[in-house]
Amino acid sequence: MIVELGHFALVLALGVALVQSTLPMWGAYRRNAALMALAEPAAMIQFVLVAFSFAALTYAFVTSDFSLRLVVMNSHTLKPMLYKVSGVWGNHEGSLLLWVLILALFGACAAWFGDNLPPTLKARVIAVQGLIGVAFLLFMLFTSNPFLRLEVPPLDGQDLNPLLQDPGLAFHPPFLYLGYVGLSMAFSFAVAALIEGRVDAAWGRWVRPWTLAAWIFLTIGIALGSWWAYYELGWGGFWFWDPVENASFMPWLLAAALLHSAIVVEKRESLKAWTILLAIMAFGFSLIGTFIVRSGVITSVPAFANDPERGVFILMILAVFMGGALTLFAFRAGSMEAKGVFSMVSRESALVVNNLLLSVSAFVVFIGTIWPLVAELAFDRKLSVGEPFFNAAFSPFVVGLALVLPVGAMIPWKRGEVRRSLRPLWPALVLAVSVGALVWAMQTGRSALGPVGVMLGIWVVLGAAIDLWSKTGRGTIGGRFGRMWRVPRADWGKVVAHTGLGVTIFAVSAMLAWKTEDIRVVQVGEAFPLGSYEVTLKAVDEVEGPNYLSTMATMEVRRAGALVATLTPEKRIYPVQAMPTTEAAIDYGFWRDIYLVIGDAQENGGWAVRSYIEPFANWLWAGTLIMALGGCLSLSDRRYRVAAGAARRTATGVPAE
Amino acid sequence: MRLLRATGLLVLLLVWPLTVQAVQPDEVLADAALEARARSISHNLRCPVCQGESIDDSNAPISRDLRLVVRERLLAGDSDDEVIDFIVTRYGEFVLFNPKPEGANLILWLAGPGLLLAGLGVAFAYVRRRGVPVLDVGLTDAEQSRLDDLLKK
Repeated sequence: MIVELGHFALVLALGVALVQSTLPMWGAYRRNAALMALAEPAAMIQFVLVAFSFAALTYAFVTSDFSLRLVVMNSHTLKPMLYKVSGVWGNHEGSLLLWVLILALFGACAAWFGDNLPPTLKARVIAVQGLIGVAFLLFMLFTSNPFLRLEVPPLDGQDLNPLLQDPGLAFHPPFLYLGYVGLSMAFSFAVAALIEGRVDAAWGRWVRPWTLAAWIFLTIGIALGSWWAYYELGWGGFWFWDPVENASFMPWLLAAALLHSAIVVEKRESLKAWTILLAIMAFGFSLIGTFIVRSGVITSVPAFANDPERGVFILMILAVFMGGALTLFAFRAGSMEAKGVFSMVSRESALVVNNLLLSVSAFVVFIGTIWPLVAELAFDRKLSVGEPFFNAAFSPFVVGLALVLPVGAMIPWKRGEVRRSLRPLWPALVLAVSVGALVWAMQTGRSALGPVGVMLGIWVVLGAAIDLWSKTGRGTIGGRFGRMWRVPRADWGKVVAHTGLGVTIFAVSAMLAWKTEDIRVVQVGEAFPLGSYEVTLKAVDEVEGPNYLSTMATMEVRRAGALVATLTPEKRIYPVQAMPTTEAAIDYGFWRDIYLVIGDAQENGGWAVRSYIEPFANWLWAGTLIMALGGCLSLSDRRYRVAAGAARRTATGVPAE
Repeated sequence: MRLLRATGLLVLLLVWPLTVQAVQPDEVLADAALEARARSISHNLRCPVCQGESIDDSNAPISRDLRLVVRERLLAGDSDDEVIDFIVTRYGEFVLFNPKPEGANLILWLAGPGLLLAGLGVAFAYVRRRGVPVLDVGLTDAEQSRLDDLLKK
């Protein structure tokens, strides 16, 4: 019964979304306040209906309702409760429902927090958001209905892929979707502004928090996915340039570009057309990402050709929204005149460089991701594009970005001088280069990756610190420290986010450059050296988990005789899905992770053991978290609240008509 | 639980031969320099039957065979390129993670740098158009006198 209600709520939501996307739009065109006012309740009702539908599906998963096809395919009575719930979005249909839920949530948020928007813009934003909702609700109801019943329910389900039964991956999709779909708000704002034919500083201020929120969620989502790959896949890698990863990375890069160009719109009323285009493209890449992940076209062309229904539908959605928005852009872009003038050397120009590097790097990831498809369709060549290509083609952009960042962040608006902006940065530059050179000298015969990473990391982090220091004015050191806390949150956010980027760049190159690996056969009781540590295989036992069987090794890690950690790497078999997984055991440390994996029993006795020292692994996750924290700080800046409050005051000041 | 264990054992027997993990201890070459070359070569070769894994990371039996082939060729004295060519002639360019920059692949390799150059050109032209005259520094006389007035107050 509840399942039927959920299904029905979804159909109702489609009806409401149709109303939401048409009547307010018409009302805004005719300046009809009553029709425009429909947008708000419609957005909220749509959200409530989709939320109910989502709750109904969750209920079916939690109670293991095996009359539902989706539950049978992705759940099992023995599965722990957390994974019964995360199983809701651990599959195509459920993840789409989550997608639509978040889309409706953002629409409702625009209704709740949009008090300071001009009524026509607000109506149009919510209407465009509703239109996206219509497309995806249609997609779901016609090609991927989660509420299909089975005529003869089986006794038990087929379980969720055991690789996905993991806390990191349980929360990875919701964050990623909050990011993907959050960019729909930037898109809606862009399209609404194009229809209005007006983009000004206020528009930049409104669109920025949404983009920022989406970017924060994407950052956390990508970091969670990468962390999961690191500890679950069993060889300590953290990024594989896999199409699915790239699908989330491209919107992240474009969202980062959009964040920065929206600042120029907000502060200087320049780069308007470019910012609108970026907002459209950022969401476009979210849709492309959804297409890549959901259609499976990149991983397997034949599989796509056999079941093209879903992929073609998403392509149609992509074509309609991108085609429509870009056509609108072509007609209206010319009318958006820039106001602010700036010289060649200025913050504006620096942000143009930032945007150029970020968006071209996103394009490089894009072409690398789709090239196998293009080559097969156009040139009849079956080929692969993987890590070596991306490392070679993408890294230069990161290097360029990191080199320019500290200078660009300190150049004044409108007109500046490189030499004057560089002056406070000299110590950072000297320190970065000398530490980089020192590291280069200390490591013999290894790649330049490590030293370059160290240099860029120090340069970006110190540059951010100097940026913050320069905002405290002049005077005694104590006074300047005191004033540091009065620097606006937006500036803190900028500094913290840039610091996070520096830490991340350093950690990535350190992990790639200085990883220690050891593969060998170890007898029970035997010890072997790993870097400056000594690892002993104490025992190997068979253990039973709630829904798996495990071969668990007990290993001691000692350093100069003192016990550092006792680790228990496992090898699991999940009988329901007949799937083996490796569970690496990791001793997390500040400077390094010790990463142990137990392999197969060998014929002559003993076990295959794989062990790694991953230098600065935690710095990578910390770096991404610091970036996200910077975003949150910026989001909490007074500016956005002051603007909201001021608008409300004027709203109450106007007498009712 | 006993049912679980029984099915588990059955599954274990069925999938056991498939669970060979990435590089095995018995594959590792005694010569460390040669082994390092083998690792870096196999890192760039794709497992023909997996989803985007290199033969270095993959658990598939064919990847093990390919890793052994790589090491055999290295022991026979082949250079890195010769080893890669040896495998590409047998399995096609599909196994190459780093597509060779030749023929149509030039588009792939040049698209990024090309777009960057084009973008730089457009951005340069745009910024120049938005540029303010460099000599226009300081205040006009009227502004200066108004400033003086304000400062005196």
